[in-house]
Amino acid sequence: MDESLKDLNDFLLSNYSEDIISSNIEHDHLSICIVFSSIESITSILKLNNICKFRTLIDITAIDFPSEEKRFTLVYHYLSMQQNIRIRLKSSIKEGQIVPSITKLFPAANWFEREVFDMYGILFSNHPDMRRILTDYGFQGHPLRKDFPTTGYLELRYDQERKKVVYEPVKLTQEYRRFDFMSPWEGEGFVFEQSGEVQEENKDNG
Amino acid sequence: MFLSKVVRFKKKIKTMANNYQNEKKTSENSIRNFNINFGPQHPAAHGVLRMVLELDGEIVDRCDPHIGLLHRGTEKLMESRTYLQNLPYFDRLDYVAPMNQEHAWCLAIEKLLNVQISYRASLIRVLYCEIGRVLNHLLNITTQAMDVGAFTPISWGFEEREKLMVFYERACGARLHAAYFRPGGVHQDLSDNLLNDIMDWSISFPKVVNDIEELLTENRIFKQRNVDIGIVSKDEAFDWGFSGVMVRGSGLAWDLRRSQPYECYNDFEFKIPIGKNGDCYDRYLCRVWEMKESVKIVQQSIEKLSKCKGDDVLVRGKIAPPNRVDMKKSMEALIHHFKLYTEGFHVPKGEIYVSVEAPKGEFGVFLVSDGTNKPYKVKLRSPGFLHLAAIDHICRGHQLADVSAILGSLDVVFGEIDR
Repeated sequence: MDESLKDLNDFLLSNYSEDIISSNIEHDHLSICIVFSSIESITSILKLNNICKFRTLIDITAIDFPSEEKRFTLVYHYLSMQQNIRIRLKSSIKEGQIVPSITKLFPAANWFEREVFDMYGILFSNHPDMRRILTDYGFQGHPLRKDFPTTGYLELRYDQERKKVVYEPVKLTQEYRRFDFMSPWEGEGFVFEQSGEVQEENKDNG
Repeated sequence: MFLSKVVRFKKKIKTMANNYQNEKKTSENSIRNFNINFGPQHPAAHGVLRMVLELDGEIVDRCDPHIGLLHRGTEKLMESRTYLQNLPYFDRLDYVAPMNQEHAWCLAIEKLLNVQISYRASLIRVLYCEIGRVLNHLLNITTQAMDVGAFTPISWGFEEREKLMVFYERACGARLHAAYFRPGGVHQDLSDNLLNDIMDWSISFPKVVNDIEELLTENRIFKQRNVDIGIVSKDEAFDWGFSGVMVRGSGLAWDLRRSQPYECYNDFEFKIPIGKNGDCYDRYLCRVWEMKESVKIVQQSIEKLSKCKGDDVLVRGKIAPPNRVDMKKSMEALIHHFKLYTEGFHVPKGEIYVSVEAPKGEFGVFLVSDGTNKPYKVKLRSPGFLHLAAIDHICRGHQLADVSAILGSLDVVFGEIDR
């Protein structure tokens, strides 16, 4: 499997070097980073070219890196049943950038793109049906962004008096617990964030 | 006085007749398509699916599935829990065959950590994955039969499911939410008694499959409801990202256990059943045949297990708890135990996509690790999500009653679709 991945990598690098930023082979996957503008063209090459024949779309998702300028990384996985190889396509985009939809090439992308929109707020152009998919009707926000709290903002319950389901702001009977089990010198550091004093004390000691 | 009354009456009748004529005209001119809600509480919806169907008489013009009614935010929750704490979430995805999901998670972690598990553990995993496959297919075949009107198969099939769940319980203490596969192996070794009982079951089970087949395979009603219904061509199977029985039913020889072998499936002899027409009936036949093949794998793995008795089923390193006896004597083992179940283990930085042949198709985990004790991002790729996404395409032009037959043969479970 690794050899055919190498061949594919060489083929892509020699023909489409300006579209590809980097590539590597790891864990039975050829993983390539491409420039944003060539998502559509590279996808169609992967699907239609006889060397690739990636006919099955496995997955589309995104990763959120809030600290980086290009905040989101879009990740596409494809599988070629004929060649028995897999490929991962990655492309970084800024917040608010609109991504071209690949539903024309892969009808299966429809729901995946809706899910990415729902979870990360990334919009896709030329998508036939850009609605939310997994969250509630009328939901606000994009839950898988790192700045979205795990507890959410709204909770709902059945109101006996009004005889209907009502939405209310989340009320936690106990503060949300973030455990840091690591030793203080390798911990997540949020303990120090909470009180500036401790950090200074520690610095003195150090 | 009387005359005026008669005139008024005549007028009234005239206007009524006119109205009737007009109404008839308009109703003939503007026949509206009928929209109905299928679910979210519908026994044939296999869980919480709301489907808005646009009907032209009995013919389905469009169907728009609304999913997410069982969305629990698994992927978000996983980002704030350690690798080990995340494992039980996988039981709650496809709760019909829980251990097959855990398998993908364990493989992803093991590959990133570059851990090699013992052969015995590997055999036990295969054994329970195949039990999971039988669990799933028993449920799917019998409930699909019920959707098209046959009630007996479900009561026969569930008796066997009950026996299998007892095997789950005897291995790990839980009937459904097992948390039995662990990174580095499986939680506990199996006793000889249990293996003997599984062997006994595997000998008696094929008869039950034959009995169920006798009820369905040549049944006139069952064939009328399934043959040539919901046909999926090879090209459609590619376009819509199908996997598992959905591609095999259409004649594509694709099974991850054979084409991209993981665990120790290479050491087993089994066949991959393949359909011809890609309709609901072929998919049913594939599932029946797969159960028979799974039983063969179960028997082979029990035989192989008898040859490696006593081997440790967990890699006793950083990722697994220490031996219970050691913990009573050694301080280091005690500290290790405490740190493992509080801090958890760290997984090296990297990205990985691992997939297994779950009973429903390709179940995959995309894991992004940043080197800490918690995953940075997890994406769960469930086969049912894609299969259900194509239902609008498959159902168009079918009768309303076929929708439930097709939905049954897509084999959807909302735990994994909504995540």
